[in-house]
Amino acid sequence: MAEAPKFLRPVTAPAADVGLAVTFERPLTLDCGRNLFPVTVAYKTYGVLNADKSNAILICHALTGDQFVASDHPVTGKPGWWTIMVGPGKPIDTDRFFVICSNVIGGCMGSTGPAENDPETGKPYGLAFPLVTIRDMVRAQAMLVEHLGISQLLAVVGGSMGGMQALQWAASYPERVRAVMPIACAARHSAQNIAFHEVGRQAIMADPDWKNGEYQQQGTTPSKGLAVARMAAHITYVSEEALQRKFGRSLQNREALSFQFAPDFQIESYLHYQGLSFVDRFDANSYLYITRAMDYFDLAADYDGHLASAFGADAPRFCIISFTSDWLFPTAENKRVAHALNAVAANVSFVEIKTDKGHDAFLLDEPEMFGTVRGFLNAVADS
Amino acid sequence: MSALRPDLAAIAAMIRPGTRILDVGCGDGALLEHLVRTKGVDGRGIELSQQNVNACVTRGLSVMQGDADTDLNEYPSGAFDAVILSNTIQATEKPRVVLDHLLRIGRRTAVSLPNFGYWKVRAALAATGRMPRTKNLDYSWFDTPNIHLCTLSDFLDLTQICGAKVVEAHALNERGETRRISPNAISKERWGGPNLTAPGAIFLLKKA
Repeated sequence: MAEAPKFLRPVTAPAADVGLAVTFERPLTLDCGRNLFPVTVAYKTYGVLNADKSNAILICHALTGDQFVASDHPVTGKPGWWTIMVGPGKPIDTDRFFVICSNVIGGCMGSTGPAENDPETGKPYGLAFPLVTIRDMVRAQAMLVEHLGISQLLAVVGGSMGGMQALQWAASYPERVRAVMPIACAARHSAQNIAFHEVGRQAIMADPDWKNGEYQQQGTTPSKGLAVARMAAHITYVSEEALQRKFGRSLQNREALSFQFAPDFQIESYLHYQGLSFVDRFDANSYLYITRAMDYFDLAADYDGHLASAFGADAPRFCIISFTSDWLFPTAENKRVAHALNAVAANVSFVEIKTDKGHDAFLLDEPEMFGTVRGFLNAVADS
Repeated sequence: MSALRPDLAAIAAMIRPGTRILDVGCGDGALLEHLVRTKGVDGRGIELSQQNVNACVTRGLSVMQGDADTDLNEYPSGAFDAVILSNTIQATEKPRVVLDHLLRIGRRTAVSLPNFGYWKVRAALAATGRMPRTKNLDYSWFDTPNIHLCTLSDFLDLTQICGAKVVEAHALNERGETRRISPNAISKERWGGPNLTAPGAIFLLKKA
């Protein structure tokens, strides 16, 4: 049944469309072996599904994203995270395509996650929530797509963790998707990426307000830990060159060094702002769970270590995009996926966009990326 | 779809319908699109320029942004019925390695290249004492992408080194039009032979 989604944080933008949520009657069997029940998936759609249901594009959000791709966020009131890419006349054109985006399970924007009540105890799950994987997230999305009566998606598109989900779609449900567009991602999380995530998780767990994950019951919020996690992660989203260009050694609201630990440098206050604004909209336990899901992602591992075996002769069409200055998911990792697809004679295009904006480039104004996305999706739709 | 350049049309004529094709250095995808539309081939491309790759993707083609010098080793042996290398071999860093890969990946390999033995090139060098600039090769020596220029005879030598057999050879004229020639006509340097009269040529090769 479709219902209004329940958010962890209060809605501050009453004019914003909160989207929908669907609670499934059957449990979701997870990779960890446990059943998740009930399962709610919160989602938002844009555009109109055509009569033969052939114009649906699923967008998968990244670690800290949500279903509000192209419309105002009901909690923060800020514009959707990919308004530059999705909307009427945009590269993912909602005048032509029906766009679906759902909050991942484990998330905190209305889909079942650690902040929800555990039906067995009547209290928030906290750490009793089962570990979910990228494949589990995709299973929940597949249930939603089925619920919407769509037997085949035109495309699955996503950046970063969204790209991992797009790859998983191609491996798990090749017959249910015509084209897949993973952007700035990889078929596995690297040691360096896991390391950065662990720093973030330890920052959260070291916050005395985290209370072993039971902060909701105890009336605290591990804001400091979550903010530090976000700050550390944010550094990985930008390139050294872009940081230098944007901030250099510029001082923040002062003429000279203060000889204290207050933020002297602009980069420091920028990171503080990134951390603080994040805790207003995100749940610390969700952050633990979703980063873990990314760490566990290794598509080849499910196929005896052979990435090529993840994709068969029925693989959908692929267009893979990487960015030259992305050191979190570098071109080499993206290309690895493309080569594995070549090995099984799949239809794969690969584009490397030249930019100094780092991993976050997929969220930013990159005209060449827009050209690739628009051209690829239109070509798929016209074929 | 605009008319195909005559040299590309000559390559297209060598491709059998419904086959699997890899076009290395496929540019904006004009030849590949032509082959997909008119011959129903299962086509793939490799292209260095990002703008060109975008043009290909928009045409609905499957093209990898990449470099013939570094990326061909990722392709399995015998993966394609034919591999095309059009006007690109002279711009590769290691032409022999590239040609070895092409012969390994494709059962047939079509290569087109400019001829540095063309009489106008020879005449320009002889008359001016400077590196020639021609219609096909209009670059200064210090900023040309064409770092491994050769004559048609030189290229035939390379095919032998790589253990390839010439299945077909076509000489190009100034307008890009082609005429079929015997490979022997090239290897025997003589007055009026293709190595002197043709600004370029197309070869269809296979592993001997």
